[in-house]
Amino acid sequence: MQGSIDSNAAVANGHEVAAHEEHQDLRVLGLITFLASEFLMFAGFFAVFLVFRGSHVQWPPEETEVELLLPAVNTLILVSSSWVINLGTKAIKKNDLAGMRKWFGITAAMGAVFLAGQVYEYMNLGYGLKTNLFSNCFYLTTGFHGAHVFIGLLLILGVLWRSRRANHYSDITHTGPEMAEIYWHFVDVVWIVLFTLIYLLTLLN
Amino acid sequence: MAQAEVSIKPTEAQGGHGHPDKWKWYDYFTFNVDHKVIGIQYLVTSFLFYLVGGFMAVLMRTELATPDSDFLSPELYNAFLTNHGTIMIFLWIVPAAIGGFGNFLIPLMIGARDMAFPKLNALAFWLNPPAGAVLAASFFLGGGAQSGWTSYPPLSEITANLPQTLWCVALIMVGTSSILGSVNFLVTIWKMRVPSMAWDQMPLFCWAMVATSILALFATPVLAAALILLTFDINFGTSFFKPDAGGNVVVYQHLFWFYSHPAVYLMILPIFGIMSEVIPVHARKPIFGYKAIAYSSLTICLVGLFVWVHHMFTSGTAPWMRIFFTISTLIVAVPTGVKIFSWVATLWGGKIRYTTAMLFAVGLLSMFVFGGLSGVTLGAAPFDIHVHDTYYVVGHFHYVLFGGSVFGIYSGVYHWFPKITGRMLNEGLGKVHFVLTFIGTILTFTPMHNLGMQGMPRRVAMYDPQFAHLNQLVTVGAYILAVSVIPFYINVIWSWMAGAKAGPNPWNALTMEWTTDSPPIIENWEVLPVLTHGPYEYGMDKADQVGPAGEPTEATRV
Amino acid sequence: MKQIPAPFWTLVLGIAVTLISLWVGQNHNLLPVQASEQAPLVDDLFGVMVTIGTALFIVVQGAIVYSMIRFRRRKGDDTDGPPIEGNLPLEAFWTAIPSIIVVGLGLYSVVVFQEMGGFSPGGHHGHGAMVAMAPQQSVIDVAPLLAQMGPGENADADVYSKSQVYGFGASPLLQPNQPDVTVNVTGMQFAWIFRYPDTGITDGELHIPVGKDVQLKIEAQDVIHSFWVPQFRLKQDALPGEPGELRFVATREGTYPVVCAELCGSYHGAMRTQVIVHSPEDYADWVASRVAEATSTTTVAQPLENPSDAEYLAAMVKDRPTAIAPDLAQSPVQIAQMDHTQMDHGAAQNP
Repeated sequence: MQGSIDSNAAVANGHEVAAHEEHQDLRVLGLITFLASEFLMFAGFFAVFLVFRGSHVQWPPEETEVELLLPAVNTLILVSSSWVINLGTKAIKKNDLAGMRKWFGITAAMGAVFLAGQVYEYMNLGYGLKTNLFSNCFYLTTGFHGAHVFIGLLLILGVLWRSRRANHYSDITHTGPEMAEIYWHFVDVVWIVLFTLIYLLTLLN
Repeated sequence: MAQAEVSIKPTEAQGGHGHPDKWKWYDYFTFNVDHKVIGIQYLVTSFLFYLVGGFMAVLMRTELATPDSDFLSPELYNAFLTNHGTIMIFLWIVPAAIGGFGNFLIPLMIGARDMAFPKLNALAFWLNPPAGAVLAASFFLGGGAQSGWTSYPPLSEITANLPQTLWCVALIMVGTSSILGSVNFLVTIWKMRVPSMAWDQMPLFCWAMVATSILALFATPVLAAALILLTFDINFGTSFFKPDAGGNVVVYQHLFWFYSHPAVYLMILPIFGIMSEVIPVHARKPIFGYKAIAYSSLTICLVGLFVWVHHMFTSGTAPWMRIFFTISTLIVAVPTGVKIFSWVATLWGGKIRYTTAMLFAVGLLSMFVFGGLSGVTLGAAPFDIHVHDTYYVVGHFHYVLFGGSVFGIYSGVYHWFPKITGRMLNEGLGKVHFVLTFIGTILTFTPMHNLGMQGMPRRVAMYDPQFAHLNQLVTVGAYILAVSVIPFYINVIWSWMAGAKAGPNPWNALTMEWTTDSPPIIENWEVLPVLTHGPYEYGMDKADQVGPAGEPTEATRV
Repeated sequence: MKQIPAPFWTLVLGIAVTLISLWVGQNHNLLPVQASEQAPLVDDLFGVMVTIGTALFIVVQGAIVYSMIRFRRRKGDDTDGPPIEGNLPLEAFWTAIPSIIVVGLGLYSVVVFQEMGGFSPGGHHGHGAMVAMAPQQSVIDVAPLLAQMGPGENADADVYSKSQVYGFGASPLLQPNQPDVTVNVTGMQFAWIFRYPDTGITDGELHIPVGKDVQLKIEAQDVIHSFWVPQFRLKQDALPGEPGELRFVATREGTYPVVCAELCGSYHGAMRTQVIVHSPEDYADWVASRVAEATSTTTVAQPLENPSDAEYLAAMVKDRPTAIAPDLAQSPVQIAQMDHTQMDHGAAQNP
């Protein structure tokens, strides 16, 4: 406010043209901002979980132990899928559409396997949402995470669907795949925290 | 306005977007992506909800004119107190101050053609009317939520289950709206300023919106988490907040207040921004201490995230918490004080114009001094123990939310109405409105402090007859406030249709929104403006570049 | 005025503001009578805040009003004011002064809080002072026993064996010792119930002796309530599943209201009763008469074994038709009105 800055017309007009574009970079920025906020919702769930964990003698209570093997395998699948999807966006940045479709397809498959594993786990645990406070927390957090994985899966499938159109994604326009990737990483990070809190911490008991 | 440069306008861009030259009235009822349309949509809907919430307040005050519960049924009274709070916060002040002014002004103030994500913006707005409809539905499907806007379990889990669930749904909707809006504000301010505008050349309203948006992004999802848990407890048999099954009622309070204390700053920070815009223009003097005001917004935002337990001093909180949060709460007084002193110093030595916008701004300043001081007393745990959950608290927060936020919204409306509609509001009616509001506010909310200290708890439909006289005074004040909105609504409706034409810059102000037409054309400027002076350089040579009629000179045009 | 230098007027104004503030701080009369040892502590803190607040209020409002009058735009003057953008020393000054005030108030609050017994809720018999020195202990041991507490069990015993109790314990000003009187306070929709474990008395009103160390163990049966006696300046939420405590010495005989301060349902406003601070002799008489009553009728023995609400209330009504406890056959409205009349000692018009 102290000094006045005079810009020339060219700068102003350049900005104007930019304003009419699709704001490619801004969408990525917006998504990251949104996900930072979204993460805090999970943080709320985790905080509740930790409070209950700290205030109960036995946590999880006896009849509601968690299984470890299947979730560990699931974790491996989800974490490595984050790496796979990254290969996909790297491919499209080199204008390799087929490569992107291949890696995104694999990621989608891995995500589907993760969700299937989650459902299998739910069906074989022997307790449900209402059983006790631990199962409340367990199903709520994993369920909400699962819903986010599902949305991520839809995003990836959406990218694959759109990639059928010629020239929709290229080394210049690849915001769609990039955003799907960021979202997928987010889902992954949430899972890592969740897995640590709900599964791994039980090993300390 | 027509100048030779107009021909530079990239016509193909306009053609590409396929919008008309001017919005028709029905465009305002559609999923329109123009930030100005969205801003007006927010303002108009929130002013409608203001009437609904105010109507509930009038009915409650009528009930409280006598000590006995003889006008409304106690259940209905509780439903009104719950929904009065909910509507006034989530469907009136937040959407008006953040959604309304934020959307309308920010692109205009920073020289952008629109927000970063116009469609997301429209989506954020269109979450609000359905949320209001859900709240309305909760009245017809079981008498409305009745456990206060705080909805503490276990009460909220055993009372009016369906309305309570609908209440949660409505709040999650407006919360989502708030998050989407904040993403938009942050990215817009960060990335879409006109290239010649540095951070410290931004109008202070934009700084305030940065702080507001950060706060909303951090705090709102935690409220969503709390409400989701509450919804599950009510409907799906979980027991997060059910003590007899191992749950904990205090955990909800922590989650709730982690959002809801920052929510207070969500409601006042944009208003602080409006103050920083209105006062320099009508005092004809640069804002005093630009940087101090800008940074104090950020300080309030930061400290405001760590004060929430002062709402829980009498609840299940350990001694160290009561002390820690006493001190953090008191600290908030410092940046707030800096702002107040800066505004007073801006007035000092100015050439103050007695416009209605200015009267409301100064009225706010005056109210906020009182509300701030009573806030400090509430921050000190030993005294708060006595007055917590009493009318003292009700008096305090109405001083800061009505005397603060609502006065600020009024001030903003009087200031920017010419920009929004192209027509001036009637100053005579405006002054009647101000006088009634000022007297009504003092009469309504001051005696509440006495009531609380003497022993009247809040949220009661029936009370000890010893408090009857003061309560009657409060009720009279509330009626005056109810009457005070009549000249305002008449003024707005009449002036919108037939008010005097405003011209681009009726106040001779220096911020960028005044360099375009009133109302601004679609896409805001034919040619984007270039910053030649700061937002508050009154009394300096630079200010002369904008002529008295507000016509930008050659220097400000490209 | 021209002859007198500005600093003189500043000094006069400063003295005037100080005197007015001090006077207001001492004579605001905003608070009800003081009836506990904590009350004067709270009131002194409030007095200090009122004094400082009054000074700030006068100075800031004065500056606003002065500016509005003195610096109003004159007719025909379309010029701008002086382009002053800030003043670093002045800004530093008005950041520093509130900071100092705030830190001072914070420290003073801590002292008052400690003297009120805020650091020692749940202090075990005779160890109040020790617990006071280790407040952080509370976060770590939050109630491991909660998990074991099944529904339907006697909550009282379980809850109070938790390490964390919320509220106010023995004031460090007192000799740490056993309280003279302990009362179990239970909040339920929409009544308070007071049980005296030493004598087995159960009542809808709180009777305590003046000048004695009284401990209230506060608990809620259904939803959150909040126990408040304005004249004591003490309040503690009654939380289901979480124990609360208030410990105080009443200093003034009389009858004071007990108010529920947390929204607890439709008849929250009617959830009022009273605390009667007796002289020690009167208190002894009251205890003796209640115990005699209990031995003469068989029904009253029941409250000792934690009756349900209905049993308790039925017993109360049977024994003491004038008692505050409502007849369950009556509608909630009637209950509310009963409470109401009782509270006002018949002063209210009962519609």
